[in-house]
Amino acid sequence: MAKLTIPQEELMSSGHIGCLGCGATLAMRYLLKALGKRTMVTIPAGCIAIMSGIYPRSFLKVPLLDVAFETTAASASGIRAALDAKGIKDVYVVGFGGDGGTADIGIQALSGTAERGDNIIYVMYDNEAYMNTGIQRSSATPFGAWTTTTPVGTTGDFKKRPKKNMVEIMVAHDIPYAATASVSYPEDFVKKVQKAKDMDGTKFFHVFSPCPTGWRFSPEMTIQMGVLAYQTTVFPMYEVENGVYRVTKKPAKRKPVTEYLKLQGRFKHLDDETIEIIQKNVDKNWEMLLAKAEFTKKYAE
Amino acid sequence: MAKSVEDLPYIPLMSESSAVNKTGVWRVIRPIVNQEECNQCYTCWKFCPDVAIQIDEEGNILIDYDHCKGCGICEAVCPKNCIEMVKEE
Repeated sequence: MAKLTIPQEELMSSGHIGCLGCGATLAMRYLLKALGKRTMVTIPAGCIAIMSGIYPRSFLKVPLLDVAFETTAASASGIRAALDAKGIKDVYVVGFGGDGGTADIGIQALSGTAERGDNIIYVMYDNEAYMNTGIQRSSATPFGAWTTTTPVGTTGDFKKRPKKNMVEIMVAHDIPYAATASVSYPEDFVKKVQKAKDMDGTKFFHVFSPCPTGWRFSPEMTIQMGVLAYQTTVFPMYEVENGVYRVTKKPAKRKPVTEYLKLQGRFKHLDDETIEIIQKNVDKNWEMLLAKAEFTKKYAE
Repeated sequence: MAKSVEDLPYIPLMSESSAVNKTGVWRVIRPIVNQEECNQCYTCWKFCPDVAIQIDEEGNILIDYDHCKGCGICEAVCPKNCIEMVKEE
């Protein structure tokens, strides 16, 4: 029997009603594997809120609190304050929001939590649009993507603004730990969570969670999408510890972005000129990330 | 399960596991594991989004057909290509 590379204990139940090949549920599964049973999770509206199915079912084996869309981080702060008042120290409090619930609607509460330095873990599972309500554009939708509110049609009206960089926003709050991770690399994700979970302060994870329904690809390709996003550096893997950048995984050879884009229906309208813009932007972000890692290296303890 | 509104608690609490949802009925293609060729690397177990792949005492892969939705990720990630997706009857 080969050795398992991630903890075996399952704290997420089967029977959740996520779509076939859902990336968000994988993010939740790996997160709970890394944190263990002494965890409380608070979730806003979004895909993850409907996973349990009808009342009174729950898809987690740990306490789960459903809250209003904008209050994920605030409720996590509140749970932490209540635990502190009761003198309970060994419980991890997790806010688990989607990209809409984090980058758009919940950003004010999250900013407050990070500024106060509340001791919670915040995970943003990023499927790059409001998938639960029917693929509406969010601020984390990448440049060039089709969504139902950027419908392309005959006018070519795809999303014209780049993706909001949430890790940078959180780093600007001077938090102890912020990182990106991908459901295609669970060992990396689990390692990062285990490294950060006992740090004091707000910890932020940006988890890349491919969505077959919204991105228009076949469900068995979920893992492959994450791998390609990493290999093309559309979604690089890095961590920022007290302001010091470190690229945790570097592809041996970067692939052109077309390899990632061509497999997804939401990018099928793109012409060569637009793909060139995307490639240039990805190149720029990757070089800037490497430069940041190089520049901040000297501040590492 | 509560029979009427009066039976429900004042504060709504989740009291049942989602495992009662038999999501296996969604499936149109079914994964079949070739146990002879499987070298028990557990890559499929690792990537199953429905927690529908279990490991038994001998270390063999067991698929929970009550909950497997047939997404095909296990077939796509298997390094030995020993999982086959067959159409449901």
